[in-house]
Amino acid sequence: MKLYEVFLRAKSGLSHKHVGSVHATDAQMAMQNARDLYTRREEGESIWVVDSTQIISSNPNDKAAYFEPAVDKIYRHPSFYPFDKEVKNI
Amino acid sequence: MYSQGLRDSKAGDDSPELLDAFQQRIDKEEKIEPRDWMPQAYRKTLIRQISQHAHSEIVGQLPEANWVTRAPSLKRKLILLAKIQDEAGHGLYLYSAAETLGESRHQMYQDLLSGKAKYSSIFNYPTLNWADAGAVGWLVDGAAIMNQVALCRTSYGPYSRAMVRICKEESFHQRQGYDIMLKMAKGSPEQKAMAQDALNRTWWPSLMMFGPSDKDSTHSDQSMKWKIKRFSNDDLRQKFIDATVPQAEYLGLSIPDKNLKYNDKIGHYDFSEIKWDELFNVIKGNGPCNQQRMDARNKAYEDGAWVREAAAVYAEKQDNKKHNKEVA
Repeated sequence: MKLYEVFLRAKSGLSHKHVGSVHATDAQMAMQNARDLYTRREEGESIWVVDSTQIISSNPNDKAAYFEPAVDKIYRHPSFYPFDKEVKNI
Repeated sequence: MYSQGLRDSKAGDDSPELLDAFQQRIDKEEKIEPRDWMPQAYRKTLIRQISQHAHSEIVGQLPEANWVTRAPSLKRKLILLAKIQDEAGHGLYLYSAAETLGESRHQMYQDLLSGKAKYSSIFNYPTLNWADAGAVGWLVDGAAIMNQVALCRTSYGPYSRAMVRICKEESFHQRQGYDIMLKMAKGSPEQKAMAQDALNRTWWPSLMMFGPSDKDSTHSDQSMKWKIKRFSNDDLRQKFIDATVPQAEYLGLSIPDKNLKYNDKIGHYDFSEIKWDELFNVIKGNGPCNQQRMDARNKAYEDGAWVREAAAVYAEKQDNKKHNKEVA
């Protein structure tokens, strides 16, 4: 049995979101199991299943190196530029 | 409640610095994710608790399965089937969560089948009349919800997310159970007597689901500190009683406890001492249906062997075909 990760699109216009995983011997069974397990209450209208070994993920040990440089770049946010109330529509 | 049979976990060789940093994350209400550093005892406790919880969901299908072919109407049969399918799903969500900690599903399942792993004591009681299907939904799922709502905020991310999904579905289980009880309690005198009988037998085992009293629950402190558990056994039990007694009154049924009385001073119901011997005896394997449940699970596993084998061979054949095409 292989481990597959399951992603659902709740409705058109939204992106697929990770909801959990299933075991299956092949992709077709993974799709059927995902359908049985994760869409019993109209949770989605489109399913992706991905062989979990195919996912490339960042390492938690690299968290600081990867994500901390963004912390001191507050000038990337619109709230960094306050104006008087007279300035409208910006 | 799902940790009824947990033994103490001893801390491993984790350094004090790492343990301290971990505790700080927990205290800040940060969730722990699968590849984050965690103490060995945290991992072990979670694997045991989550897999026991999963086993409980899987074995929990059996008492209800007893009534699928005998449900009094097609509507009730469909509802019961949907509920049982949900329980299987809950087991799968939880096995997935436990797998993220490095334990294989196969191993967890083998531990259930060999009797090494525990599951909730409640499922070792029989469902003797149709009203039991109602009492199980109302009380057993009701007690489960009390615990599971609290676990939605547990510190381990995958466990917490599984709990959120489960809680959404569990409310249907409790309400359909109460709906059965309501129909029976407002029905003929015979039906009402069946409902009362089911309540009499299910009440005490439901209270035992919350586990031993806090004063006897040795592993609770560390679990509370790591925020695996968010409330104590006794607090959750009291909350359940306070919520459930008025529901029984609405049904016109009486709770089988002479000492049950609302205490104005503390704002909670007082109740009799629980027969702990019974709980520990059932956990040890001496409940009315322990053997039956284990036999049923083992039989299902053995009977399904050919399906697992056929699926594996089919997948291999498909792989080979694809490979041959690519080579050609």
